[in-house]
Amino acid sequence: MFKRNKALDINVENYKVDAKDHAYVEKLSQIESTDARQLLDVGVDIDENARIGTYIQKDKSVIHCKTMQDGVEVMGISQAREKHGWLSDYMWKNISPDTDKFTLQAKENPHEGYFIRALAGVKTKHPVQSCLYIAKEGFSQNVHNIVIAEEDSELHIITGCATAPHLTSGLHVGISEFYIKRGARLTFTMIHDWGEKINVRPRTVIRVDEGGTIISNYISLRPVGSLQMFPTTYLNGKGAVARFNSILVAGRGSFLDVGSRIVLNAPDTRAEIISRGISSGGSIIARGDLVGKVAGIKAHLECKGLILNDGLMQAIPELTGYVPGVEMSHEAAVGKIDQQEIEYLMARGLDEEEAISTIVRGFLNVDIEGLPAGLKEKLDRTVSETQKDMM
Amino acid sequence: MLQIEELKVEVGGKTILDNLNMEIPKGQTHILFGPNGSGKTSLMMTIMGFSGYNVTHGKITFKGEDITGLPINERARLGIGVSFQRPPTINGLKTRNIVEICDVNRSANVEELAKKLNFTDFLDRDVNRNFSGGEIKRSELLQLMAQQPDLVLLDEPESGVDLESIVFIGDTINSLLHRQIKCPRERPHKNIIEGQKKSALVITHTGHILDYITADRGQVLYNGILCCSRNAREILKWIREYGYEECVRCSNEIKPWI
Repeated sequence: MFKRNKALDINVENYKVDAKDHAYVEKLSQIESTDARQLLDVGVDIDENARIGTYIQKDKSVIHCKTMQDGVEVMGISQAREKHGWLSDYMWKNISPDTDKFTLQAKENPHEGYFIRALAGVKTKHPVQSCLYIAKEGFSQNVHNIVIAEEDSELHIITGCATAPHLTSGLHVGISEFYIKRGARLTFTMIHDWGEKINVRPRTVIRVDEGGTIISNYISLRPVGSLQMFPTTYLNGKGAVARFNSILVAGRGSFLDVGSRIVLNAPDTRAEIISRGISSGGSIIARGDLVGKVAGIKAHLECKGLILNDGLMQAIPELTGYVPGVEMSHEAAVGKIDQQEIEYLMARGLDEEEAISTIVRGFLNVDIEGLPAGLKEKLDRTVSETQKDMM
Repeated sequence: MLQIEELKVEVGGKTILDNLNMEIPKGQTHILFGPNGSGKTSLMMTIMGFSGYNVTHGKITFKGEDITGLPINERARLGIGVSFQRPPTINGLKTRNIVEICDVNRSANVEELAKKLNFTDFLDRDVNRNFSGGEIKRSELLQLMAQQPDLVLLDEPESGVDLESIVFIGDTINSLLHRQIKCPRERPHKNIIEGQKKSALVITHTGHILDYITADRGQVLYNGILCCSRNAREILKWIREYGYEECVRCSNEIKPWI
């Protein structure tokens, strides 16, 4: 039997909070090849093709950061605090350090994190890329990230998280506070490739003002020890929009408790959560929580899960309406691959295995907005590779 | 092309086809008539090898090979293609991709085929997702056009299709079977039909499709028993005149024999 709360209890004291400093690299091409390979796997383009900025952090050190478009700032959080005195108005404003032991850990032992900001009216053509990387054995990497999309700006961020190969222990705590101002739009794509023994605890809160949009894509296809996150988004201004997609695969030994909460606080706000999970020997708890506080909001949640071989897949969709005039719905399904679909494809000439993998690929093929073509191909390849392990 | 001998099939322990014999020679189109629930679709599913249809007696031979125990995909590779009446939706799989899957030899021009079938706008939609009756037919035929099977099994090609589209569906089937009637400008008709090798089994409940396609023979299936085999139009006339009642009588005549 698969346990629902396995691995959730982590003793933060078991992890080291200090690591040696890594030298800054002027060019991405100078990054050690073993590290570079891991970075590539989570969407970092070493050649910086179709990217307008880069932030790379290894353990606690910012080893590279730059921006190539005016009006876009990319830097480590400590540098940002020096530069912008007002940043204290944005830090720890949404999450209290005493929320849980992980937030406390991040407060007491902070290790940088990124600051990414688009100035008012600036529209980025390409994404900013970022990577948080753990190389030290047994390290607890505690980052604090701030993203600000000022009024009428458009910002796209691709962030990957990974570890050095063969790391057997590690903890990642990520505090993220995102601010999407009036009329701004943030597309945030996060790709995780943590190791099999790594525990991951992101803590994210997003605020969206009038007419703002947040699109969040979360992809975790590779094994991870345990991952637990439940980002909360507040749609505070009229007409704000939030769309969350997540694609999760839990192989043997992986435990994923992933969901998002969207609170619709203003009229005409819209929210959509789409989640696809495949459990193949691991456990997935896919949560979704939509909260409608005023009339005239619309929200939909779609949560679909497949269990291949064995595994646990629990879908927990929640809808809460506080007033009349909210329009909220959900659709959740957990099951196996339909034999009819397999045989339909076999009648077109595929053998059973090919048919199953075609269906699995389709199942995970959520149209992800704003994904650069190269990354899309890479993800397709990863899905193909992953499903070989699943079968 | 296809030979079925003494076929007995059970679904969930219940006999649904009994002592069925049928032969579809190369190049011939046969129409399979029968009221709802008579076992027509089950026969098609059995020929294709779908799970749940257990052959308890008899055999199916295709191109001289005993295919009774072959997996579905090997039957498809041998040259059997099916147009389903209610195919499943496959989320995330684009129609374009399934057409490419059908085109094993990578010789079809998917765009061209889709254009012919007036289906270009659907190529980037999920297979069968929210398709109307007529759209499903066009999707199925598009896949078969790419697959180019030698034996085509069509389940109720006219059902759920409006009157305007049925002409179009009929034309497409004729073209799939190399039976389209087009004025032969370059070559004499005789030479064109020489290349006609496609066989077909067309399942129909109403027989309307016969107004749009040509057929070499008709068969009637009633209660799992093939009770009539003769000229397709003649059968249709009987059915239009008297319904399937006469077939009931005929099948009762046959029953004592088995």
